[in-house]
Amino acid sequence: MKRRQFNRALAAAAAFSALPGIVKAQAPKLKVGVILPRSGYLGFIGQSCQKGADLAPGVIKEMLGVDVELMNADFESNVDTARTRAERLIQEGAHVLVGPFDSGAAAAIAQVAEQRGVPFVINIAAAPQITEQGYKYVFRNFQTAIDIVRNGLDLIGDLFQATHTVPRTAVYMHVNDTFGQAMTKGIGALLPRRTQLPFKIVDTISYDPAAKDLTVEVSKAKAANADFLLLVCRLNDAIILRREMVKQRWNPMGIVSPGSPGMYEEQYFKALGKLSDYSISNVPWYNPNSKLTKVVEKAFLKQNPKDKLDFHGLNAGFTFEAILIAADAYKRARSTDPKTLADAIRQTNIVDKMSLGGPIKFNEKGQVEGIGSACVQNMNGLPTVVLPQAAAKAKPVFPAPYYKKT
Amino acid sequence: MSLDLVANVVVAGVLTGLLYGLMALGLSVIFGVVRVVNFAHGEMMTVAMYAATVLFAELGLDPFVCVLPVAAAFFVFGYVLQRGLINPFITRPEHSQFMLLVAVAMVLVNALLMVFGPSARTVQVDYQLESFEIGKILVDKARLYAAFAAVITASALFAFFKLTLVGKAIRAAADNHLGALVVGLDVKHLYALTFGLGAVCVAVAGCAMVLLVDVTPPLGPAYTLLAFVIVIVGGLGSMPGALLGGMLIGVSEALAGLLVAPSAKGMFSFGLLILVLLFRPQGLLGKKT
Amino acid sequence: MSKASAALAVLAALLIALPAFAGNYALSVATLILYFAYTGQAWNVMMGFAGQLSLGHALYVGVGAYAAGGLFFHYGIGPWAGLWLAIALCVALGLFVGFLAFRFGISGVYFALLTIAFAEFTRIGFDHLDWLGGPGGMFLKVAQRDTWDILNFRGPPLMYYYAILFLCAAALALCRLLLRSKAGYYWQAIRENEEAAQALGIDTFRWKMLAVAISSAMTAVSGVFFAFYYNNLFPEQIFHISRSIEIILGPVIGGVGTLFGPILGAAVLTLLSDGITDGLAALGWEIPGIKQVFYGVVLLGVVMFLPNGIWPPLARMLRLRK
Repeated sequence: MKRRQFNRALAAAAAFSALPGIVKAQAPKLKVGVILPRSGYLGFIGQSCQKGADLAPGVIKEMLGVDVELMNADFESNVDTARTRAERLIQEGAHVLVGPFDSGAAAAIAQVAEQRGVPFVINIAAAPQITEQGYKYVFRNFQTAIDIVRNGLDLIGDLFQATHTVPRTAVYMHVNDTFGQAMTKGIGALLPRRTQLPFKIVDTISYDPAAKDLTVEVSKAKAANADFLLLVCRLNDAIILRREMVKQRWNPMGIVSPGSPGMYEEQYFKALGKLSDYSISNVPWYNPNSKLTKVVEKAFLKQNPKDKLDFHGLNAGFTFEAILIAADAYKRARSTDPKTLADAIRQTNIVDKMSLGGPIKFNEKGQVEGIGSACVQNMNGLPTVVLPQAAAKAKPVFPAPYYKKT
Repeated sequence: MSLDLVANVVVAGVLTGLLYGLMALGLSVIFGVVRVVNFAHGEMMTVAMYAATVLFAELGLDPFVCVLPVAAAFFVFGYVLQRGLINPFITRPEHSQFMLLVAVAMVLVNALLMVFGPSARTVQVDYQLESFEIGKILVDKARLYAAFAAVITASALFAFFKLTLVGKAIRAAADNHLGALVVGLDVKHLYALTFGLGAVCVAVAGCAMVLLVDVTPPLGPAYTLLAFVIVIVGGLGSMPGALLGGMLIGVSEALAGLLVAPSAKGMFSFGLLILVLLFRPQGLLGKKT
Repeated sequence: MSKASAALAVLAALLIALPAFAGNYALSVATLILYFAYTGQAWNVMMGFAGQLSLGHALYVGVGAYAAGGLFFHYGIGPWAGLWLAIALCVALGLFVGFLAFRFGISGVYFALLTIAFAEFTRIGFDHLDWLGGPGGMFLKVAQRDTWDILNFRGPPLMYYYAILFLCAAALALCRLLLRSKAGYYWQAIRENEEAAQALGIDTFRWKMLAVAISSAMTAVSGVFFAFYYNNLFPEQIFHISRSIEIILGPVIGGVGTLFGPILGAAVLTLLSDGITDGLAALGWEIPGIKQVFYGVVLLGVVMFLPNGIWPPLARMLRLRK
């Protein structure tokens, strides 16, 4: 008796787990599975991206007249979870997946999406390999590391030109993680060929992404006696680094990132106050003057009255655009069939967009080319676009004035 | 490479090391007496760091003033944790203790995430960005004060264990559990007191640490690991060993960062740990068992 | 006896038939469960059988994964050859750690911390190994997703499910054999009281080394599986201490030293994790972190009230054991 009960329970459990998620009814709605790391060590970025997703259905309904339903999933900064959450979203009827900020998770989700034939639009993830696998259902509307570096270096040249400065030397500091390494490779490949740039790198210092103390790193960088600091960072290390520079009384001409997160983020301003000013990040950015940006900004402020889009520009902006790409394809395809959707995404040509650069068009690898970067300088507690001139809200300041406590 | 550079880096390494040593001291005291390795140590310190930022933001208290209320609260927290949760585990196998404290750590980290959100918190005081100039050496003020706080707290703890009756009773219970029971000591109470004192070390270290590092919920595990490394190097259960271990790790990481790649400096700590475990498993200042 | 084996046969039949009626999501969850069950079983040989607490088993998963993955990535050599390299490297590494530790009389907490140190040391080391991708990660070419290319271990998720199911079954059989062999009895003697075992003339060093070798070899295989299932490897993910903890959660919750503990534990934990996520979603509580708080509280409850894990009392209840 007992055994039979046991077996029956097992069978019931198995059958239960096999229940199909949702009966497939053709509702006139696009279901977008949004996979972001809202908890775990990437939590703060995941939550920032989520803000861009949350405002998407409202804005898109108004813009395109199509209904978008979000299915949110938190992958807890864990790749196993990213994979099972992706399977789950697809089973529950997601027509398209969007996410996940992290390259490792993006690679895991891409495999699921490809296997199930469901389009996956990557919002942010820079590892070039993801779109080099020959996937048919994976799309990325973000720059790869090499593009970020190319644009970042070009903007450094523009910056020097605009400020009539000729720095001769730079010390290069970078965080030693997935992103930092990809960027370093890009710089190593591109910088020697940029002969128009006047400076050379006199020392390279890599540091631990989880560093809690950057005394040695900054001492070493200071000893290199370079004109400016070229920095590829994350958020917390950027804050520690900036403070340590003041403590060690090191005042180079400026801090310039050829394309990394950190210095334009809200936390950087909050933690450092006036000290945050004049840091420069050359990053994929939204055009503050574009029509769509203004619409998104309005929606953003309505949902987050105490917040500013400036601080979430990159995260929320690219997450919103990823959903927009899906919705636009849905409108043209008039179908939620994944294959039709993927074909429609391949035909994407969105001109009225938030980010800088040319229209959103995917190449045969599923990668958008020609996304523009901006030179974003921190001014009066806000990340401010200073270059390219067409999108600029202020003039760049370089060298940065000497920091004095007020 | 100039000598000034080395001197600067070594001084900073010693000062930071003392603060790390204080944190590790808590772990060492708890293990020395209760024989439980606190795998939630770094997470507990993260809680103290949050407490300091909250007191600073709400009441404008300087982190070194926060030490008093936070330490008091942590003493109670440590006492209750030991009495209520950990005490039944002291006779259980290590993996069971490990699992218990891992679960505690998981709850702490994620409760912090729920309450404070994912962004970093910090305090801003006027001496935070200043440094003393002694010859060619720049000494960061906050770091120096933190190291002072560490030395004072550690000395007070030494004095407590050497001079007071309760301190002696705790040491007796640590040396001979059965004997302590026989002479009628309330061992449960003494164990809980010890855990409370360990938590006080963590509280002081945490309050001082916010001056150097911004606090985020997932910060804890790295500190737990760091505390392990330090106490093993210094000698698990040895109080001076924890401070010595802290300084040693501070300086060796600093020099490794200077001479090799800074991103690889963590390897040297773990390398040092492996060497110590192999050639002097009781740690530099530990007693042979 | 017959009752237990009948139950086992039914379970096996269910698992073999599972893909026929389970959805893709259930299949991916089942694969994850079996992966942790298998790796937990491997860990259990060292801790559950021989009493040596390793908190750094991610070391063997990572080295195994990178060994086979590296061969495939650089030379196109498939996992069947890479498997042996992975096993050889991990056994050598395990014996090295074991030799150092046991020769110098390191045990208990100290041994556990030594294993963490080795895993962390290796993690940072791999962050500086550019040949294997460093922190930028190693991406294996993903191809042929629909056909079963068993030679190169490339194929649809179903193939990986059956592969890990087979590994689980093999590990179970091996562990059962081990437990009933001379080694098993010696290990238990060492686990319960090493000094007494030594006094009885057992060469504890040798038998502990054997446990480490078998455990690291088995874990190497799970690393190879991981590399070809996920196709991308990052030192920060694979060697991280949180991975080591994930590996041991299953066997500890299920029952250390038992044959079914690791399997049951992995299943319970994975389903619990999903269950909490679903429950919270149903309640509309979408605060990041709340899921892990609940998960932590349940873990606390289990270690508090079921000190030997779930399996022993469950087995008694089902009368699968005397």
